[in-house]
Amino acid sequence: MSNVTAPAQSGVVGKFSNYLDERTSISGAVKEFGRKVFPDHWSFLLGEVALYSFVIILLTGSFLTFFFQASMTPVHYEGSYVPLKGIEMSAAMASTLDISFDIRGGLLMRQIHHWAALLFVASIGLHMLRVFFTGAFRKPRELNWSIGFVLFVLAMAEGFTGYSLPDDLLSGNGLRIIDGMVLGLPVVGTWITFLLFGGEFPGSDIVGRLYSLHILLLPAFVLIFIVLHLMFVIIHKHTQYPGPGKTEENVVGFPILPVYAAKAGGFFFLVFGVVALIGATVTINPIWNYGPYDPSPVSAGTQPDWYIGFADGALRLVPPHLETYWFGYTWSWNIIIPVLLLVVFLAAAFAYPFVEAWVTGDKREHHLLDRPRNAPVRTAIGAAGVTFYAVLWAAASSDIIATHFKVTMEGVINTLQIMLIVAPIVAFMTAKRIALALQKKDREILLHGFETGRVVRLPGGEYTEVHQQLDAYDRWQLVSYNDNAPIMLRPNPQGKITGGMRMRASMSRFFFEDRIAPVSQEEYKQALEHAHH
Amino acid sequence: MAKNESGKADIVPANNAEATGTGVVAPDAFANPGLPPHRPRVTDLDPKAAKRAERTVYVLFYLSIAASVFAVYAYMFFPIEPENVHSVRMNTLYLGLGIAFSLLAIGIAAVHWGKALMADKEAVDHRHPVRGTEETRARAVEIFRESDEESGFSRRTLIRNGLIGALIAFPLPAIALFRGLAPMDVDPNNELKHTFWKKGMRLTRDPQGTPIKASELTIGSAFQVIPEGLVDLPEHEMLDAKAKAAVLLVRLKKEDLNWTSKERESWSYEGIVAYSKICTHVGCPVALYEQQTHHLLCPCHQSQFDISNECAVIFGPAARPLPQLPITVDAEGYLVATSDFTEPVGPSFWERAN
Repeated sequence: MSNVTAPAQSGVVGKFSNYLDERTSISGAVKEFGRKVFPDHWSFLLGEVALYSFVIILLTGSFLTFFFQASMTPVHYEGSYVPLKGIEMSAAMASTLDISFDIRGGLLMRQIHHWAALLFVASIGLHMLRVFFTGAFRKPRELNWSIGFVLFVLAMAEGFTGYSLPDDLLSGNGLRIIDGMVLGLPVVGTWITFLLFGGEFPGSDIVGRLYSLHILLLPAFVLIFIVLHLMFVIIHKHTQYPGPGKTEENVVGFPILPVYAAKAGGFFFLVFGVVALIGATVTINPIWNYGPYDPSPVSAGTQPDWYIGFADGALRLVPPHLETYWFGYTWSWNIIIPVLLLVVFLAAAFAYPFVEAWVTGDKREHHLLDRPRNAPVRTAIGAAGVTFYAVLWAAASSDIIATHFKVTMEGVINTLQIMLIVAPIVAFMTAKRIALALQKKDREILLHGFETGRVVRLPGGEYTEVHQQLDAYDRWQLVSYNDNAPIMLRPNPQGKITGGMRMRASMSRFFFEDRIAPVSQEEYKQALEHAHH
Repeated sequence: MAKNESGKADIVPANNAEATGTGVVAPDAFANPGLPPHRPRVTDLDPKAAKRAERTVYVLFYLSIAASVFAVYAYMFFPIEPENVHSVRMNTLYLGLGIAFSLLAIGIAAVHWGKALMADKEAVDHRHPVRGTEETRARAVEIFRESDEESGFSRRTLIRNGLIGALIAFPLPAIALFRGLAPMDVDPNNELKHTFWKKGMRLTRDPQGTPIKASELTIGSAFQVIPEGLVDLPEHEMLDAKAKAAVLLVRLKKEDLNWTSKERESWSYEGIVAYSKICTHVGCPVALYEQQTHHLLCPCHQSQFDISNECAVIFGPAARPLPQLPITVDAEGYLVATSDFTEPVGPSFWERAN
C-alpha cells in the first residue's frame, strides 16, 4: 500500500491538494458532497435568502460592534449632527449617532444591517410557509421543522434586542411596552422586570444586557440551530416537487459542483447586492429624528419593526376594563389574554407536523412535495393561520390605517376585533373550496383533455371544439399525488374503541372527507372510450 | 366525486396499512413515465449565443472589479465633513452603490454562467431510508448493552441515582447567581407604589423645570409637567423618577368636570386637574390631548381616557383610569401637589392591590 497513488499531483494545485488531503482526508468530503444532487425550484431559494441575510447581518454587525458603545452612561453629544449638539443622552445613543454621522460608511453598514435583519425574519417566515403549504414537514423532517421554528423565534428575539440598542425615543418606548407587558404577568411579572432592567424601568443596565444577548448568546444559538438545520438537510436530502421521473426514492436536479456552487454562490452575492442597494438608498430607523429616550414624550404613529407587529396588534385588540382583583392580587387580563393568544398561536405552528402525522398515521417517508391544492384542508388551515396573523399585524397599524383612510380609530379596532375571529374561518372555507375546485379542474383536464380552441364542423352540421389529451408527462403531473381517505373506526385488538381513537377518526374525517382521488387508469380508459363514441 | 363514483373500491387500506395510515395506494394508479427528454438550451444549439453568454459573464466579473474600485474611490473622495449632513448622504450613497454593484455583478455573472453555460443535464441521486440498516441498529443496541454491562450503570443503582441527582443539583448555583441581576436591597413592590411627588412640591414644566402659576392656565390649555427638583437629579435617577412622575396638567371649565365624590373634587383647583401621564395599560406616555372632547389618547395602543370623568377608560385595552395627582396652589399662586399619587401609577402588576 502506497500513500502516493493518485496520478494528478504535479503542479502547485496538485501538490497543495495532496498536502491538504494527507492531513485532513478532504478528498472523502469532496467525493461525498461534490456531486450531491439538489433539486431546482424558485421556492427553495427562500431558505437560502434567510441563510444569506444572516451572513450579511454577521458581517455588518461585526463592523458595528467596533464602534458601538453598549452603555447607558450619560454623555453630552458633541458629534456632527448639529440639531442634537450638547444634548444629554446615553453613550449608546451618542455612539450610534457617531456611526451614522462621523464614520465613513457607518450609516451604510447600519442601514444594511437593519434591512438585512428585516429580510432575515421575512425570508424565514416565507420559507416556513413554503414548507407548510407543500407538506415538506412530513416524516422524516418533523424535527427539522421544530429546529426551523426555534430559528424563527430566535430571529425575532435578535431583531428586538438589536432594535432596542440605540436607546433612542422609539426603542425606549418599545422597551417600556415590554416592561409593561411583563409587569402584567401573574406571580413572576414584577420580579422578572426588575431582574431584566436591574431595578426599575428604565434603569441603567438594559442596553448592556441586551447587547450581550444580541451579539453573543442569541447569535451563538442561531448558528447552532442553522448548523443542525442544514445537517438535517444533508441527512434527509432535499425534498422535490412531484413530476415525471421523480420518485420517493430518488432526487433529481443539478450537482453541487459546478452548477450549485455557481447558482447558490451567485445568489448569495445577489441577495447581498440587493440589500446593499437598499441600504445605500433607503433610510431606515433615523434615530436622529426621534432623539434620546425620555419617558414623557412619544410620537404619534409609533410602529415596531414589522415582525413584532403581530404581538403589538394583539395588545391593541383587547377590549377595555379587562382586569380583576382576585385573592388580593391583580390579574391583568388585558396582558394575559394577548400573551396567551400569541403563545397558543406559535405553539400550534410548532406542533402542526406532529398533529398531522398523528391524524394520518402515515409512517412512510415523504420526499415528494404536495401541491397545495392536493392537501385542501392543510392548505385551508395554513390560510386561516396566515389570515389570523395578518389581522393581528394590521391591528399594529390601527392608528395609521385610521389616519390614512380617514376612518375612525374605534371603527378600525372594532372591525379588526371581529375580523380576528371571522376572517380565519372565511379564509379556511375559501381556501378549501379553491383547492378542491382546482383539483376538480385537474381531473377534468385529465379526463377530457384541454380545449384547443379549434372548432370543427361535423358532417351532420354540428359544431364542436376539439379537445386534446395531455401527453404522458403532463398527465403524470396531474395524477401523481399523495391521497388520503378518512379512517374507519374499528375496535382495537382488545375489542375497544377509545376516546383517542374516536378523536382521531373525527379529525381524519375533518381532513379528508371532501377528498378528490387521483384519476385511475381504468377511469381514464373509460373517459377515452366515452370521448370516442 | 371519486368517493361516490368509484365506491369503496379504492379506499380499501393498502397492503401495508400499518405504515401508510390514511394514505391510499391505488392498485390502478398511473405509472411514472420517467424523466422527460432533455431539451437543449439556445446556448447548446447556437455557438454564437454561447459566445455571447460567455462574454456577458466575463464582462460582468470585470465590471464587478471596477465597482469595487469605485467603492474604495468613493470612500476616499466622498468624505464625511463635520456638521455637513449632505456629505453623509453622498458618502453613504456612492460607497453603497459601489459595493452593491460589485456584489450584484458577481451574482448575476455566476448565476448566468451556471444557467447558460454549465452542463444542464439533470442528475439523479438515489435516496436511502433515513433509518439505519437493521444491522447497524442491532449493533447500536448491542453497544449500549455492552457498555451498560461493563459500567454496571443499571446494576449499580446507588451510583446511577447519585449521578443523576448530582447532575440535577450542579446547575442550581448558576440560577442563584442570576438573582444579582436585580439590586439586592430594593423591594420592587415598594418601588412601584411611590413616585417622586410629595406634599407641597411644585408642578413644573417639562423639561425646563420652571414652576407654573394657576393663572397661567387658560381654559383648554395643557401642560406637560414634572415635579420640582426632578431636573436636578443625576441623569439616571431622573429618568427612573420621570418614568413614574410625568403628569399632564389640563384646565377645563369647572362645569365640564364630573366628580364621584367631594374629596375627589378637592384634588382639583378651579378646573385645573393633574393626571398621571403614564398609561395604565403598558406604560406609554398618554401624550395626545383632544381639546374639544376632553379625551386623552395613548398613541401606542389607542387607549382613551375621559378627563371629564376622572380619566375613566372609554376605549382601548387599558383597564383602569389614569391616577390623579391631588393639587392646590401655594401662597405665591404656584400649583403644588398636596400628596403623592394615592395609588400606583403605570401598568398593573401582580402585587398592586396589597
